[in-house]
Amino acid sequence: MITKVSRREFLAGAAVAGATLTLGCHFEADAGRLIAADAPTLAPNAFLTIQSDGRILITVNKTEMGQGVRTALPMLVAEELDADWSQVAAETASFDPSKYGFQRTGGSGSIRGAWEPLRRTGATARAMLVEAAARRWNVPAAECRTSNSFVIHPTEAAKKLGYGELVADAAALPVPDAKAVKLKEPKDFKLIGQRVARYDNPAIVTGRAVYGLDVRLPGMRFATLLHPPAFGGKAKQVDDGAAKAVPGVEKVLLTDRGVAVVATNTWAAFEGAKKLRVTWDDGPNAALSSAAIRAMFAEKAKAPGDAARQDGDFEAAFAKAAKTLEAEYEAPFLHHATLEPQNCTARVTAERCEIWAPTQFPNFVMDEARRITGLDAGRIKIHVTLLGGGFGRRIEADYAADAIEVAKRLDGAPVQVTWTREEDMRQGWYRPASLHIVKGGLSPDGQPVALLHRLVAPSILGQRQSDGGKGVDRGAMSGIATMPYSVPNFRAEYVRANTGVPIGFWRAVFDSQNAFVQESFLDELAHAAKADPVAFRLRLLDKSPRLKNALEIAANAADWGKPLPKGRARGVAAHASFGAFCAQVAEVSVEDDALRVHRIVCAMDVGTVINPSQVEAQIEGSIAFALSAALYGAMTIEKGRVVQSNFNDYPLLRVSEMPKVDIHLVKGAEAPSGAGEPALPPTAPAVCNALFALTGKRIRRLPIELDA
Amino acid sequence: MPITATVNGVRQSCNAPPEMPLLWVLRDTLGLTGTKYGCGIGLCGACTVHVDGAATRACLAPLSSVGGKQVTTIEGLSPDGTHPVQRAWQAEDVAQCGYCQPGQIMAAAALLAKQPNPSDEDIAAALVGNLCRCGTYQRIVAAVRRAARLQKGEALAR
Ligand code: FES
Ligand code: FES
Repeated sequence: MITKVSRREFLAGAAVAGATLTLGCHFEADAGRLIAADAPTLAPNAFLTIQSDGRILITVNKTEMGQGVRTALPMLVAEELDADWSQVAAETASFDPSKYGFQRTGGSGSIRGAWEPLRRTGATARAMLVEAAARRWNVPAAECRTSNSFVIHPTEAAKKLGYGELVADAAALPVPDAKAVKLKEPKDFKLIGQRVARYDNPAIVTGRAVYGLDVRLPGMRFATLLHPPAFGGKAKQVDDGAAKAVPGVEKVLLTDRGVAVVATNTWAAFEGAKKLRVTWDDGPNAALSSAAIRAMFAEKAKAPGDAARQDGDFEAAFAKAAKTLEAEYEAPFLHHATLEPQNCTARVTAERCEIWAPTQFPNFVMDEARRITGLDAGRIKIHVTLLGGGFGRRIEADYAADAIEVAKRLDGAPVQVTWTREEDMRQGWYRPASLHIVKGGLSPDGQPVALLHRLVAPSILGQRQSDGGKGVDRGAMSGIATMPYSVPNFRAEYVRANTGVPIGFWRAVFDSQNAFVQESFLDELAHAAKADPVAFRLRLLDKSPRLKNALEIAANAADWGKPLPKGRARGVAAHASFGAFCAQVAEVSVEDDALRVHRIVCAMDVGTVINPSQVEAQIEGSIAFALSAALYGAMTIEKGRVVQSNFNDYPLLRVSEMPKVDIHLVKGAEAPSGAGEPALPPTAPAVCNALFALTGKRIRRLPIELDA
Repeated sequence: MPITATVNGVRQSCNAPPEMPLLWVLRDTLGLTGTKYGCGIGLCGACTVHVDGAATRACLAPLSSVGGKQVTTIEGLSPDGTHPVQRAWQAEDVAQCGYCQPGQIMAAAALLAKQPNPSDEDIAAALVGNLCRCGTYQRIVAAVRRAARLQKGEALAR
């Protein structure tokens, strides 16, 4: 494991004025950083700054939420720069798309997007440093090489200059065309592929890491909000007498989004909110319930949906099949439950708005700030903090709207709005619920010849359009329309079934339930064909060699087919998503009427692995996330609102329930895929398939209920 | 009457209401934001601190309950981040988002102070109340084991 200096140490050391080779980065005032005003700067891009003391600052245009972007993105630059990693520091960019480009973090896309440009950034700076050294030595640049932040010329008395010493000269050179600079051959990678420790480790283990909730400003107020409990409701009447009597409570405000209590500390705000007496107008969804939504889904499921893919003729093949199977599967609404509740800090004056937001999509925060304050983007500054978990929840900007709305009413005083856990649970943008109709037909020799997968589910983007959207929701069909198995007659259908429940992106979103259904039903077909579930899949995967390879690796590593102790069984599942290929084998038992997942063997092909420690961490995390959902996760709707309130009724996996996770990363030379989500979809079906192997009970509805 | 306690070795007097949870005194009054809010009702462990050495949920501990006591938060666990648990956490590269980790680390440190050679069951029992939404549990357990070894090494060296 490679560790490095913390940012704090970096800044302390950097407080020496001097020349800085800045590839375009124009520093914002950042406490502790000192760059001489007359330091030379260049501007081909905004992501790299090399100081004359040899320290290297890399500006990360993605949000750090635990996926390790503040480590992995700098690694890409440092690799091509041949930088001394111990001299590299990372900072998160504030929101400025004109400088930092696409700043949205989601869809397991950060590495995929940065892979080429950030390596080119490093290579560009390296070329300039080499050129500067070559001129000083009066030798051809092609004779120089670089290593560990030095340019070296291999003469008898080897010449060697540190990057810091070359910064001033290099900064005076023209910037070469980034597209033309030569990138390394993968075999020459020194950093990429290493287990590099997370950049933020020193700050995290000492409590210095600053999440949204940890922003502290002089004169800051603390606030919380009660939002309408029913989706689309409104506050009708507020009795705030008792709330205002709570010591520390300063104000009660009615905003567009709810009732805010402003206080001298968060606890007083929470206590005040408890004492508010609000009469709510429950609005148009007052009668909405989980039961009503299920009934609506079932009704809609009767008619065929819009075809997202059609191979051969499903109907004809199904009618002729030697053996047929039909099933209905269901998945519930789910919450992100980031451990850091939603929050945001803002200061608004007539001229300016400044926001400290734990957000994945600062562009949405900007939209809210402009809408609420009426200020131009140029007068609005958005700082992106660390996130105590994102998982898609922080794509939304509702928490920021709260902070801006409250700040606007506080005469320029900064305010931090913190939602209670209960508000966080009930004011979510939930992973959509769904109903799935699946039908399969086998040939006389047990080959699947017909397959139908009809998804009935609301559309995340559609629900934000006034007409609810039309036709196939491609995102919702992720994993179904791309079904990897060779089945000659296959149809994928989408039935749009919008509800009044706010829905949003979640870790692996629709791939989570689509893979659960697809891989469980494939298991049903394998058993109906009296075939081994691994062999059955492998025969159908010739057109998806990377998934097939992952499946073979997982099955071998899990000793598939070998005997297990009595009372244990294995199940398998495979799924490709976010450009990655993942197969898992779960080993389960049932003890004292409780399902126990003992071990998950996971093989994953993400192409080039930037940092194995982080890819493995994402796999472990995805599996834990999937298990929380499979074992416990369900948001129940009654009277147009969420029933659950805290971790007592929305439990998460605990340390005692974590299976042993055995990871096998497939060595690949392809460009890197996403890694934060693709290990999630196979977990639930692998576990359910293992449970079937053990008990003969088929789980067709999540979360798993053994006695249902 | 102000309530007085020693926080990370410094005597602090606080005029907050006696029923105000220690969590918010630490975070909002003293500015010690390393201790986190996750649930407010003792279900997640994000707020774990030491009160006279015992792992305590700061969201449930009223200020009055720590009068005259020694409170240690993540900021005060070691002067420079080199407590065996902090070193082990880095060596195992445990953290993902990191939000739960101060609480996990404080729970682990309290366990190791009491039980230098914890079994896997001891570790699970001590940390079962600390949720990690990012799913770092496998590394947490490995890090507690590593911290136990580091601590033993230090004890021998002394
Ligand atoms: S905040 Fe104290 S246990 Fe969750
Ligand atoms: S590391 Fe994110 S909650 Fe534990």
